[in-house]
Amino acid sequence: MSTVETELPEPASKIELPAHLGGGGDIPTFDITLRVRRYDPEFSEESKWEDFTMTMYGTDRVLDALHKVKWEQDGSLSFRRSCAHGVCGSDAMRINGRNRLACKTLLKDLDTSKPITVEPIKGLPVEKDLIVDMEPFFQSFREVMPFLINRDHTPTKERLQSAEDRERFDDTTKCILCAACTSSCPVFWTDGQYFGPAAIVNAHRFIFDSRDDAGDMRLEILNDKEGVWRCRTTFNCTEACPRGIQVTQAIAEVKQAILARQI
Amino acid sequence: MWSWVGHRITGVVIFIFLLVHVLDTSLVRVSPEAYTAVIGAYKNPIMGLGEAALVAAIVFHAFNGLRIIAVDFWKKGPKYQRQLLWGVLALWAVTMIPFLIRHLTIVFSNFFGGH
Ligand code: HEM
Ligand code: SF4
Ligand code: FES
Repeated sequence: MSTVETELPEPASKIELPAHLGGGGDIPTFDITLRVRRYDPEFSEESKWEDFTMTMYGTDRVLDALHKVKWEQDGSLSFRRSCAHGVCGSDAMRINGRNRLACKTLLKDLDTSKPITVEPIKGLPVEKDLIVDMEPFFQSFREVMPFLINRDHTPTKERLQSAEDRERFDDTTKCILCAACTSSCPVFWTDGQYFGPAAIVNAHRFIFDSRDDAGDMRLEILNDKEGVWRCRTTFNCTEACPRGIQVTQAIAEVKQAILARQI
Repeated sequence: MWSWVGHRITGVVIFIFLLVHVLDTSLVRVSPEAYTAVIGAYKNPIMGLGEAALVAAIVFHAFNGLRIIAVDFWKKGPKYQRQLLWGVLALWAVTMIPFLIRHLTIVFSNFFGGH
């Protein structure tokens, strides 16, 4: 029987090349310290830092480190995540002081010699640990009417649109509503009433859609004192967006559309 | 972010200077002697350095103000905002270096040369 144990289930079909010959080699591992901002109102009104140390692989992301903590060290650690692949927008958080998706941030791209800080996104009320109340964010999103409004008779087949017309708002269709942009905006931090970049991005998505008829209404809504004019072009939103949307550009286009409509 | 922080700080600094400047200049209507005394007090190297800082703030605010206008109204402004910021900093350096050489020479020669 002992021979069976040493035999592989399948013979090696290729020779593993070491890294210096272009092969993948072994996945490197490293030790990290994850410094998480903890908050649990059932125990204390104060939030505090807590350090977790662990060994991780070079292919791991911040989300994997959070999972390792939750599954192996402290089950009370709370955070949101769903898809784990950058499409659902659940796990935006402040990692080393920058808003990113935990599931799209590889540990090896961060400085692993220092503790990696993980905090909830700013400007929204924290509920527990990394979970914030997203309601104010979605409230602004709903206010811009992020759905197609068309007064024509409903066609029996699809509503046709030229490739150029579709291209006009392509960038802003990519939003996953993660709130990384809105919660990176210094105007939003001090004025929670501001619509915020995400709502403007999603308004832009319909304002510049040739099939939509309610562009004027949306421009009117965003012409509010808490609308696009609060934007101070700090570009934090553009830098934070995990989808690479040119957020500040979209806001500038909405500003210009409001001005063009009034003259 | 930092360009905005810089713009706001320089904006507020210029505003505060302007406020003080209007006050000290209006002294001339109240009492020309007091005016001469106050203005004379500006003639020392600390104030000279202050003037240099004020000019630095105004030059940054002015060039970056033009950048913000470009970001708001030029189609490709948002896309090239970072390059525009480097342009602002380069223009700022190009303006400040000759100015500082001239200004600081005058400030310190007046002080140490005795007047
Ligand atoms: C030299 C010519 C100037 C230019 C080209 C200029 C340009 C600008 C622009 C475009 C803005 C808008 C910033 C934004 O949208 O975020 C601004 C803001 C501001 N400016 Fe100026 N400005 C000039 C002179 C001044 C002066 C003389 C003062 C002081 C009395 C001043 C004080 C401010 C302040 C306090 C702000 C608000 C900053 C902010 O919103 O973050 N500026 N300036
Ligand atoms: S615009 Fe980008 S950062 Fe903002 S909510 Fe959408 S995906 Fe997230
Ligand atoms: S878990 Fe879905 S975007 Fe990160």
